[in-house]
Amino acid sequence: MKNKKRWLLTTILISIIMLLSGCNSMVVLNPKGPVAKTQSDTIIFSILMMAFVLLVVYILFVFMLTKYRSSKTSDDYEPPHMEGNKWLELIWTVIPIIIVAILSVVTVRTTNAVEKVPAGYETQKPLVIYAASSNWKWHFSYPEENIETVNYVNIPTNRPVEFRLYSYGPITSFWVPQLGGQKYAMSDMVTKLNLVAEHEGSFMGKNSNFSGKGFAQMEFEVLAQTPAEYSKWVKDVKDTAPKLTEQEFNKLLKTEIVGRKSFTSTHLGFAPAPMDMSEHGKSGDSKTESTDSSKEPMDHSDMSNMDHSNMDMKDMNDNSSMESGH
Amino acid sequence: MKWDEFFVTGEPMIYGAMVSIVLVSIAILVGLTYFKKWGYLWREWLTTVDHKRIGVMYILSALIMLFRGGVDALLMRTQLAVPESGFLDSQHYNEIFTTHGVIMILFMAMPFVIGLMNVVVPLQIGARDVAFPRLNAVSFWLFFAGAMLFNISFVIGGSPDAGWSAYFPLASLEFSPTVGNNFYSLALQISGIGTLMTGVNFIVTILKMRAPGMKLMRMPMFTWSVLITNVIILFAFPVLTVALALMMFDRVFGSQFFTMANGGMDMLWANLFWVWGHPEVYIVILPAFGIFSDIISTFSKKNLYGYKSMVFSMVIISLLSFLVWAHHFYTMGAGAMVNGFFSITTMLIAVPTGVKIFNWLFTLRKGKITFTSPMLYAMAFIPIFTFGGVTGVMLAMASADYQYHNTMFLVAHFHYVLIPGTVFGVLAGLHYWFPKIFGFRLNERRAKTAFWLIVVGFNVAFMPLFFLGLQGMTRRMYTYSADTGFGPLNMIATIGAFVLAIGFVVLCYNFYYSFRHSPRDEHGDPWDARTLEWSIPSPVPVYNFAKVPHVESQDAFWHAKKHNVPLFKEGPYEEIHMPNNSGQPFILGVIMFFAGFFLVFSWFIPALIAGIGVVIMLAVRSFERDHGYHISAKEIAATEQKLRGDSV
Repeated sequence: MKNKKRWLLTTILISIIMLLSGCNSMVVLNPKGPVAKTQSDTIIFSILMMAFVLLVVYILFVFMLTKYRSSKTSDDYEPPHMEGNKWLELIWTVIPIIIVAILSVVTVRTTNAVEKVPAGYETQKPLVIYAASSNWKWHFSYPEENIETVNYVNIPTNRPVEFRLYSYGPITSFWVPQLGGQKYAMSDMVTKLNLVAEHEGSFMGKNSNFSGKGFAQMEFEVLAQTPAEYSKWVKDVKDTAPKLTEQEFNKLLKTEIVGRKSFTSTHLGFAPAPMDMSEHGKSGDSKTESTDSSKEPMDHSDMSNMDHSNMDMKDMNDNSSMESGH
Repeated sequence: MKWDEFFVTGEPMIYGAMVSIVLVSIAILVGLTYFKKWGYLWREWLTTVDHKRIGVMYILSALIMLFRGGVDALLMRTQLAVPESGFLDSQHYNEIFTTHGVIMILFMAMPFVIGLMNVVVPLQIGARDVAFPRLNAVSFWLFFAGAMLFNISFVIGGSPDAGWSAYFPLASLEFSPTVGNNFYSLALQISGIGTLMTGVNFIVTILKMRAPGMKLMRMPMFTWSVLITNVIILFAFPVLTVALALMMFDRVFGSQFFTMANGGMDMLWANLFWVWGHPEVYIVILPAFGIFSDIISTFSKKNLYGYKSMVFSMVIISLLSFLVWAHHFYTMGAGAMVNGFFSITTMLIAVPTGVKIFNWLFTLRKGKITFTSPMLYAMAFIPIFTFGGVTGVMLAMASADYQYHNTMFLVAHFHYVLIPGTVFGVLAGLHYWFPKIFGFRLNERRAKTAFWLIVVGFNVAFMPLFFLGLQGMTRRMYTYSADTGFGPLNMIATIGAFVLAIGFVVLCYNFYYSFRHSPRDEHGDPWDARTLEWSIPSPVPVYNFAKVPHVESQDAFWHAKKHNVPLFKEGPYEEIHMPNNSGQPFILGVIMFFAGFFLVFSWFIPALIAGIGVVIMLAVRSFERDHGYHISAKEIAATEQKLRGDSV
């Protein structure tokens, strides 16, 4: 028994040391932007709290097991009848409640922080990038620059990037661990993920939600560049890449595995993103248009009983006109 | 459907499996005929309504399913041991992790827990059977039909491949056109209905059939945990029933509840699934808590510390279990408010669970601890489960979960609670109650060898996954490239998995070894235990208690032993009313199997005929007059004389 305890404790100690030494291979604990930094700090804070809990339990456990084993008591020892103790039980109810309360405050604050544009970047105009998944690749549309890429995305450093996520098919999850936690991309609404890269570099991005046969290959590169380099890259794409036609896009959707691609227009004009849930979440049903590119007519029966239907339609038109205007 | 699509083809491993299934089936048929055991099998097992035998059949099925799920796990670990491995292709890997999850939760953990409930609960409350013995048999055969239907999918038609949570639209016809997910919806539906009936049965049994004097607050903790578990079943399983029915409509009849087009809502499936799915994990963990409570108390030679707060904390856990489901998809974009709420409810579960941990620790205090094999599992449970539990608190924090979600960190966490919790729990329970069921103990030396292999193997297999998660390795990926750096830790995990598997082999070998060599138990109380089931002979006679016990306190049997008060009143035996055996539950199970099978392939006419068969079976049961039979006082006296060697 003793060996096992020692072994267990050693494992845990090693774990903690490995974690806190900030092993570079642990991408989650090696943040390159404020969102991932917040999350990494939260994780390390929670590990410390939990290590304290574990320590208390393990010390008690080892104490009980070494002290009260039958080989250490006389043969005629009769363990007493104990009903429980009001005060002791109160202690181990109240202390966990306090720990949970502390963690709750941290969780609510940090969750709010990572959902918003990171602090210090609120005033900047975010770079909007639509990231759409299809089996099994990622399409990145830059409405502002009017370019589109497949399976790689370049972003400028120190500027908030607003990823608008949706999917042509199964639920996927857009995840760039060194920039921040993931969010689902779904077929009938747009979710938003605010990220900022504070360091230049190439970061691994992937779909983390199982989506079928080619799931393991669904990775992309995020290249964070200085604004100047970024502008140069945009210009290069515009100079060299072809236009994305509807036909080409539909063909691309059907191709299972493709390499990197670049285009000088986006698919948003002929195949707009589904309604944005995060802005119109309160209006209920999000189903305003079909997500496949065949452009089915809108289902007005869905909308007729909604107060905001007019507003939704207007916003959507605004969006698409804005996007196609570039 | 073309006939060449009916059987799964093109995989050498599956051809091997087909051949071995055929060979094993033939061997069983020949063996039964040769040893003239058909009549025995039918009379004593297939038609039984005895809760103890039904329990044994549940446990046996669970062990077989543990083997199947375990092989799935080893295949996955072998594939992941090295980067770019070509051992399995993507589709095969996807099917294997799906069936591994479904089988381990629904066809291993559930029946194991329900099997122990069946064997133990009536004995712990001094009852002669469950409230509805025939319904109990129906529950078992529906579970078994569902399990078999699910298992044949890998040779006929193809296994489901959308994960055990079968998220839409991935599980819809559009993205999963094979019949695999039809098997999922129908097999789970059939066995789920059986589980729901178990829920009703055990609530009534525990509330109405306790021996005189056994107030609710005098019940053994395992019985308490089973009562609360079955209340959860009663509220959670209807959600699964509805979700699976909608899934079947979508896939078999072309409705659009969860599809991408025409107003379907893929997120609705995720919500329904987890509204059932999260309580489900408490359905498999709470009985394990009960088992550990009984075992820790028995082998510390002390009553359970803080009995009332133990009960109260389980009630709180059961309530909270229905308020946390959205933590399975924080990343769906519900916003900081919703995620904050579910973070707090989730973390709150740590409070009653912590209370239980400390109560167990203080049960040990001033005790006289002996390390028998059941106690070893209970003692390994405390530190490992606590570790799994605190990582659960870390996952509960929404902001951090955005980084853990869908990664190996999550996989490590839920194996770190389900294996030391549920699996160690049922293994501890199996070793503990084995002499009660079969009349001899499992060999301690071999049991301890198996225990150490399992505990060490488990930690080596799953500890690395926490780090792989933080390195960015997601779950369910069938391969990874060498430059991800995931290779070494995966290799360690695979080695651990094989050590774990060897542990299970030793454990199973111990059944055979102990059957051959263990001394037979003479007095029915090999552990010097505390609760009523140990007051009767082992193996237990069909009527359980020759006389109904009278309970005066908690740990009734211990109380009777220590204070020398009789549990059973003096006086002659009275005749006992028992339920008759019936072949109907078995036949109903067979018909349900075929109804499900035909629906899987959308063969509507045969399915309709099978459906009519089900209705006929229900009608037959409704009009049947079956008053059971009586065991005479003389026969009871003779049996007791033989079993106890004296007249009580």
